[in-house]
Amino acid sequence: MVAAVSIVDVVKHFGSLRALAGVSLDIEQGEFFGLLGPNGAGKTTLISSLAGLVRPDSGAISVMGHDVIRDFREARRLLGVVPQELVFDPFFNVRETLRIQSGYFGIRKNDDWIDEILENLDLTSKADVNMRRLSGGMKRRVLVAQALVHRPPVIVLDEPTAGVDVELRQGLWQFIRRLNGEGHTIILTTHYLEEAEALCNRIALMKLGKVVALDTTINLMAAHPGASLEEVFVRTLQS
Amino acid sequence: MIGFLTLLEKEFLRFWKVAFQTVAAPVLTALLYLLIFGHVLDDHVTVHGVRYTSFLIPGLIMMQVLQNAFANSSSSLIQAKITGSIVFVLLPPIPYGAFFAAYVLAAVLRGLIVGLGVLLATVWFVDLKMMAPLWIVVFSMLGGALFGALGMIAGIWSEKFDQLASFQNFLIMPLTMLSGVFYSIYTLPTFWQGVSHYNPVFYMIDGFRYGFFGVSDVAPETSLLVVIACFTVVSWGTLSLLKRGWKLRA
Repeated sequence: MVAAVSIVDVVKHFGSLRALAGVSLDIEQGEFFGLLGPNGAGKTTLISSLAGLVRPDSGAISVMGHDVIRDFREARRLLGVVPQELVFDPFFNVRETLRIQSGYFGIRKNDDWIDEILENLDLTSKADVNMRRLSGGMKRRVLVAQALVHRPPVIVLDEPTAGVDVELRQGLWQFIRRLNGEGHTIILTTHYLEEAEALCNRIALMKLGKVVALDTTINLMAAHPGASLEEVFVRTLQS
Repeated sequence: MIGFLTLLEKEFLRFWKVAFQTVAAPVLTALLYLLIFGHVLDDHVTVHGVRYTSFLIPGLIMMQVLQNAFANSSSSLIQAKITGSIVFVLLPPIPYGAFFAAYVLAAVLRGLIVGLGVLLATVWFVDLKMMAPLWIVVFSMLGGALFGALGMIAGIWSEKFDQLASFQNFLIMPLTMLSGVFYSIYTLPTFWQGVSHYNPVFYMIDGFRYGFFGVSDVAPETSLLVVIACFTVVSWGTLSLLKRGWKLRA
């Protein structure tokens, strides 16, 4: 079976800063994969390279076997990305935002799925509210909805629960778990390590643009008996 | 195709939802120009045998078509870049050619709507005839497309609103104001007549005006060739930037 995401020796510099220093890893279909690391480790650069927002200096990335540069149309169609920043288009309400995003992916009549996403993210009552009038947590939910609107098999969540209240966090994870159960591959970056521990089957730890640990969550924890993922994280980075 | 149509619809709605600011305001500006210059000069000046107010109206229409086409694509891109919402159009599988076409067409639409608004607001002041309507359509669409593409370059290049304002104030405004909107270039000293021939906007205004009066400073066919050449160069430049992802994709 082709890997959901294949990353081969990816290097990226921003001026003199080496953001990615030869990252290689495969993420299998159906995995709930955690990409962890301190600020500046290269997680967002790696995700941006996967999404086509950043062009690596060398190396190759593919989504479900489609190269993100040579075969970008198919690769992007198979990928849904929740960006880290709380961004929105202030001219539109929630439903318009989701319809427009569907259209960008070539889907015209998508209201049934949009309604389902709105319901699952507890956004139904906000469907006709302008994006400007939503709270930060609500805007974050819309970002998640935008990433899911074209039913991508691979979903990337770049710190999706930053600034989100506990109740929404629970609801969001319940929905994402369901999608994972239905076969969607989930790639998650988060600073909430307890979330990664609870959700991810496999974890990559990044530091200074490199993958410094890559294993199942169980194996990572077993290597440091009695330690929490946070302690494993700190010890691995220090070593 | 659906991606292109959606982006076009979104770009259209973006200015239409704030039409008071994006359509009504430029129409009012043009009307004020007409009232002031028309009042001062109408009894004293005729150009190509046409009363000054009649001469002025096509120039004002075309000036607003061009300026608003530029404003549409440039402001949309700079706003999206600064707020970060540009990711919503960069993540989907929209080819760069479709991206270009959607932004330029939306810019043309805004330019034409504003131009039509200026025509409707000013036509009551004079007996304005359209001697060659096809030229009016061709020059307004091509001029709008050229300035829409130019607006894309400005929007992509600018990282801050003041950079875009510089582009607008030091390039677009002088090019349009010194293009013969308010005068025939044959009223200028010989040197400045020659300089005016290097301003591509002069050909757009002159060709557009030919559609109304059937007379112009330069043959409309010549103006058309100049405008097509400029559009080709600017479009090629814009498409090259989009293909490279310059200042859009790191």
